[in-house]
Amino acid sequence: MILSRRYLAGSLLLLFFVLASLPDACAIPAFARKYGLRCSACHEAWPMLNYFGQKFKDNGYQLMNDRDSPVWQNPSYWPVTMRITPFWHREGTDKIAVDTPGGGTVNQSLNISGFDYSGLDILSAGTIEKNVSFLLVPSSDETGAFHMESVNARVDNLLHSSWLNIKLGKFELDNVVSEKRILTLSPNGGGFNIYHFIPVGDGNIFGQIGDNQVGLEWLGHSVNDRTRVSAALLSSTDGNPDLSYGSNSYSGFFAASQAFDAGKLGVQRLGFYAMIGEAPTTYRTAGGVPIVSSGIGNKSFNREGFVGLFYLGKLDFQVVTQHGSDSSWFGACYGDIIDGATGCTNNNVPGTVLPATARAPSWNGAFVETHYVVNPQVIFIQRSEWVRMSQQGSTLNPGNLGNIDNYVFGFRWMPVMNNRAGFAWHNEFSWFRVQGFAPDGTALTSNSLMSGFDFDF
Amino acid sequence: MRRETLQGTMWLCAVAVLAFCASSSAQVTSNQEHEWLKSPAATSHIGNITGHAQAGAGDYRRYCVVCHGEIGDGNGESAQWYDPTNNPAIGFRPRDFTLAVFKCRSTPTGTLPIDEDLFNTIARGMNRSAMPPWNTFTKQERADLVAWIKHFSPRWQTEKPGAPIQIPAEPEVTADRVKAGQDVFGRVQCWKCHGVEGRGNGPSASTLQDDLGHTIAPYNFTEAAPPKCGGTDQDIYRIFMTGLDGTPMPSFSDNIKPDEAWDLVFYLRTLQPPNAYNAKEKQIAKQLGLKPVNPNGSGQ
Repeated sequence: MILSRRYLAGSLLLLFFVLASLPDACAIPAFARKYGLRCSACHEAWPMLNYFGQKFKDNGYQLMNDRDSPVWQNPSYWPVTMRITPFWHREGTDKIAVDTPGGGTVNQSLNISGFDYSGLDILSAGTIEKNVSFLLVPSSDETGAFHMESVNARVDNLLHSSWLNIKLGKFELDNVVSEKRILTLSPNGGGFNIYHFIPVGDGNIFGQIGDNQVGLEWLGHSVNDRTRVSAALLSSTDGNPDLSYGSNSYSGFFAASQAFDAGKLGVQRLGFYAMIGEAPTTYRTAGGVPIVSSGIGNKSFNREGFVGLFYLGKLDFQVVTQHGSDSSWFGACYGDIIDGATGCTNNNVPGTVLPATARAPSWNGAFVETHYVVNPQVIFIQRSEWVRMSQQGSTLNPGNLGNIDNYVFGFRWMPVMNNRAGFAWHNEFSWFRVQGFAPDGTALTSNSLMSGFDFDF
Repeated sequence: MRRETLQGTMWLCAVAVLAFCASSSAQVTSNQEHEWLKSPAATSHIGNITGHAQAGAGDYRRYCVVCHGEIGDGNGESAQWYDPTNNPAIGFRPRDFTLAVFKCRSTPTGTLPIDEDLFNTIARGMNRSAMPPWNTFTKQERADLVAWIKHFSPRWQTEKPGAPIQIPAEPEVTADRVKAGQDVFGRVQCWKCHGVEGRGNGPSASTLQDDLGHTIAPYNFTEAAPPKCGGTDQDIYRIFMTGLDGTPMPSFSDNIKPDEAWDLVFYLRTLQPPNAYNAKEKQIAKQLGLKPVNPNGSGQ
């Protein structure tokens, strides 16, 4: 099945909006205020965690001295942080179908620029008591419409063991390279494509590793956090509340990593992750309209990959790979008829037979993100990312349909980094190409240039 | 044309940032520091690891400077909040490295610690203070940090560290030893600061100040947190035999014989809540019906 070019262009714009409205990551000066540490203690450059910050997070937002409980804090201490980014940006797209005076359409480039601002994150996090902590993040998009980005409570070090930590609620998946810690912000470069990738014509509503998910997580780690392992049971709702899709659909996310001492180079880390789950394809209807929460007919999907964090003095590399595969039912556009985010409207009602052209879509992706940390207050960033389809969901689709190339460059200068707040001047350029998305069926290329003030307090 | 202008602007910004970074770095190191950092003394030695001061400067700036300050004088931007006057809960100011006076040492009082003492302190952290366990560093990184910390004080150029005290093998815990330890507790008047029940509320507790005149609280043995300089039996032995330099806690090496020191360790264990080290001592104390020392006499 080949979708219309207009739809593809629309999908791309949707992708931009999704990425543009991605909630900013967690960088929480409330912790800095509590412990008297600068952002740089926990963040290589905020919001990206360094090893010490990862350990702090894994310990339930505790330094593991004996003053982690809030009863030791001044009563006026208020664990709330706000983050927002006003910026100027320029967005360019090389092929947009434009109506002509004589009728018909012609492909033209479209470039826009202007001043803008991001959504607002209100981050509240901390300890309720020793080894009991919480994270609450009401987050708005840039129009001010709020949703709950994170809401979870956790208990740590059960039975005095660092291997027994439980988290319940909506949370960031325990991936070594988390999109919630991303350093890039532009509409074109502000997300990891492989964490959100859905093939063209695929109706899977889940499989979104970049999004916070709702579920229960067990995390175990060695005392010094060299060894980490976690498993999460998630509702297949893509982080949405009210079980609006299937009533009995679950997924699992598994991650493990091991860090190694490399002398002067610092600590290197290798790991893997996997998301394996099911999501519904069959919905009961009323008057032809799908009934919310009625989804059954679960079909499977999986994502798995390797992660590496490599440090070479002031240079470091994040390397992430991924193989993904969806059931041929998803590939044939079944699954997503509740909110229609993927544009698929097929319902797998009894008697439905897959078209002969349907196959299980699969793909491979990878990115390498490099940082040059001049000092804790200046960081240069590049990311190169590629996604390649290995099998389309339909034999009618071109083999390279949906392939992605994305290159991002930027730097952040954080002139203010103290134990109370952070202020960064963020600059970024991102170039993005997706195959087969232009109105004429060729590659659609777009780019973002942005410069803004990213601050939290 | 417009794209070229934008690119030019971006390059100018990048050059400006680099220039700022270069000037910032230039301010960090004075000529005096520069000379010292070139000397062989600007190293640390822990086992077969050699730490280099300049290699530790980056980590110091990232992790330590907020408390210990740019020049290592313990006056970083967070130090004000750790003054006991402002925050009794975390009542210990950051260490002033320019004085090279350290609490946690294996060496006699008044002497410089060995590099390994500082190396261990970084990884262990300091309980009842804002200093967390920094055990995420590699050993090399910690050794580099030790070398950098040493560069703040000229003492490291003119003095050698003391020789670590010898700790005899730990004897078996017995009821007699626990009782003897209580006698030592009374005889050397530990209770004056730490209180007869070890609660840190002795008659002198409220008057204590460190060498810099800051109020300081004695250790409360009944808290779950281990002492600052470590919680093993050997650590406790070392603490009162070397003293905590810079604080009112003296060295008792002239007053307590090594065998008596072990007795005192066993008695102090009875004052602590149950932990990984004191099951037998607690059991003995219960069997003996041990009561707090009598300030007017020694022992019970």
